[in-house]
Amino acid sequence: MDKLKKYTASTAGRDRLLSFGIVIIAYAVVQAMVLGDSLSSAMQGLLVPICAYIIMAVSLNLTVGILGELSLGHAGFMSVGAFSGIVVTTSLADTVPSGVVRLILAIIVGAICAAIAGVIVGVPVLRLKGDYLAIVTLAFGEIIKNIINVLYVGKDASGLHFSILEQKFELAEGGKMIINGPMGVSGVQKLSTFTSGFVLILITLFIVLNLINSRAGRAIMSVRDNKIAADSIGISTTHYKLMAFVISAAFAGMAGALYAMNYSTITAAKFDFNTSILILVFVVLGGLGNVWGSIIAATLLTLLPELLRAVNSYRMLIYAILLIAMMLFNNSPLKARLLEKRGMKQMEKLEKSEKGGA
Amino acid sequence: MAMLEVTSLGISFGGLRAVDELSMKIEEGGLVGLIGPNGAGKTTVFNMLTGVYRPTDGGIRLDGQNLIGKKPHDICKMGVARTFQNIRLFANLSVLDNVKTGLHNEITYSLAESLLHLGSYRKKERAMDARAMELLGVFGLEGVAGYKAANLPYGQQRKLEIARALATDPKLLLLDEPAAGMNPNETAELMETIELVRKKFGVTVLLIEHDMKLVSGICEYLYVLNFGRLLAEGTPGEVLSNPEVVTAYLGE
Repeated sequence: MDKLKKYTASTAGRDRLLSFGIVIIAYAVVQAMVLGDSLSSAMQGLLVPICAYIIMAVSLNLTVGILGELSLGHAGFMSVGAFSGIVVTTSLADTVPSGVVRLILAIIVGAICAAIAGVIVGVPVLRLKGDYLAIVTLAFGEIIKNIINVLYVGKDASGLHFSILEQKFELAEGGKMIINGPMGVSGVQKLSTFTSGFVLILITLFIVLNLINSRAGRAIMSVRDNKIAADSIGISTTHYKLMAFVISAAFAGMAGALYAMNYSTITAAKFDFNTSILILVFVVLGGLGNVWGSIIAATLLTLLPELLRAVNSYRMLIYAILLIAMMLFNNSPLKARLLEKRGMKQMEKLEKSEKGGA
Repeated sequence: MAMLEVTSLGISFGGLRAVDELSMKIEEGGLVGLIGPNGAGKTTVFNMLTGVYRPTDGGIRLDGQNLIGKKPHDICKMGVARTFQNIRLFANLSVLDNVKTGLHNEITYSLAESLLHLGSYRKKERAMDARAMELLGVFGLEGVAGYKAANLPYGQQRKLEIARALATDPKLLLLDEPAAGMNPNETAELMETIELVRKKFGVTVLLIEHDMKLVSGICEYLYVLNFGRLLAEGTPGEVLSNPEVVTAYLGE
């Protein structure tokens, strides 16, 4: 009993430590490089997007790895978070002077709006299974993109104005367009910083890892492993599927708000099918259900195109080869053996320490 | 009042009448067997009892409460737990977590506590660990609690499934061929465990079985199903000497 407790506690604790450790060390190193001026401006420009992509990958891992349902429309929720966040920061620009407070509000509102979108999409979609579910999430991702593409939001003294398809409102003197249909948003104040991204990653990790090691998390994973058995032991499978999907969407919304506040212009077209697939690639390469794998894959694959600029003509070729190599390694018996060895060592160590203790 | 009362239960799939006019009555604390040749409709009966299929006609009452039209997870909450003929464990979860998942509705805490690990999280998780280890102990599985369920040998997987079902604190336990694929020693051991479980947990047991030795050894009463209809019922002695039953099993 005690041995088991120690073993499970030590593996769970180790994974947690590893995830947080990697992120904190990486933050410290990069921050030192920024202060020491040894990071190119192109690299510096990638810092916030990397943070946003890490959060996207971890949140999609919740749907794909933990819940076990393939979702191809994750960028849609990012988009909802991005544009609702922009509406918040722009409309509060005069009343709330602090940029940090506005960013926090934008992230919270982005998460809430994306969660609502998650419920709207999730209720019909989660009735489907497997390939069908994947195709329908793809469709919903495109629908969200196209709705935002024809959305007009403006603000003047009398408040916010919304219209769809064409601009049906006239702004009073001194009014400002926030979202201008297909032209998207321009003149966004850059509020996101590397530090805010880092804090958001820590929050995401904390919550997602907590969820996995909890009653709700076990229920979600039981639905993934065997839906009929989960039903038979009194778990409402629809409830937990929706829960995982909505939490995942909420984090995508946060990442979207963070991402959007990093650019002065942004359009709905940025959050298209390609972005959804890119994030799915992070998740699959990092390993399904493996949180720190998602972090590493998101970081590496966002950095790679930049790092490979030196060999410009072969850039995409090398990128593709590395993708294949990583995929092969992830599926190789070599990796399985390494993991097994690590687990055995852990058990042995515990046994030894127990003998020593007794 | 009977623990389980099934009255003229029937189900059709398209033109196929899988189960027809089945009536059963199981008293509280009973250990009853449901036997019959392959394709007789035994597992279909279990699927109707647990809400996986909705019967076309007839009634099912558990301790006086109607079960027809209820969802599987609600039927579980009302006190019916089951195992499966083709084992259905949560393969990627640990043995311990499989049982803890079974405790889902027994020891509860909120989603906020799940996400933040605050409040009663630690206390409730410890209570879950203790209860799950106790259940694993009944089946001699404490030693493998940290293993992935998929890595257990077959016999232990069957036991783990029973432990998980018991974790839901059922009034009625349905076992679908618990001894399938076991050797005679394992079967004998399982028979003892089932007896023990019935006494220790005060649970009523209905089991489907092919192994005549297991059935006649522990069941107090048998229902024999053939082509979806009740062929015979009675004590094992009566049933197994019934010429119709012998014909159904062995042919003319």
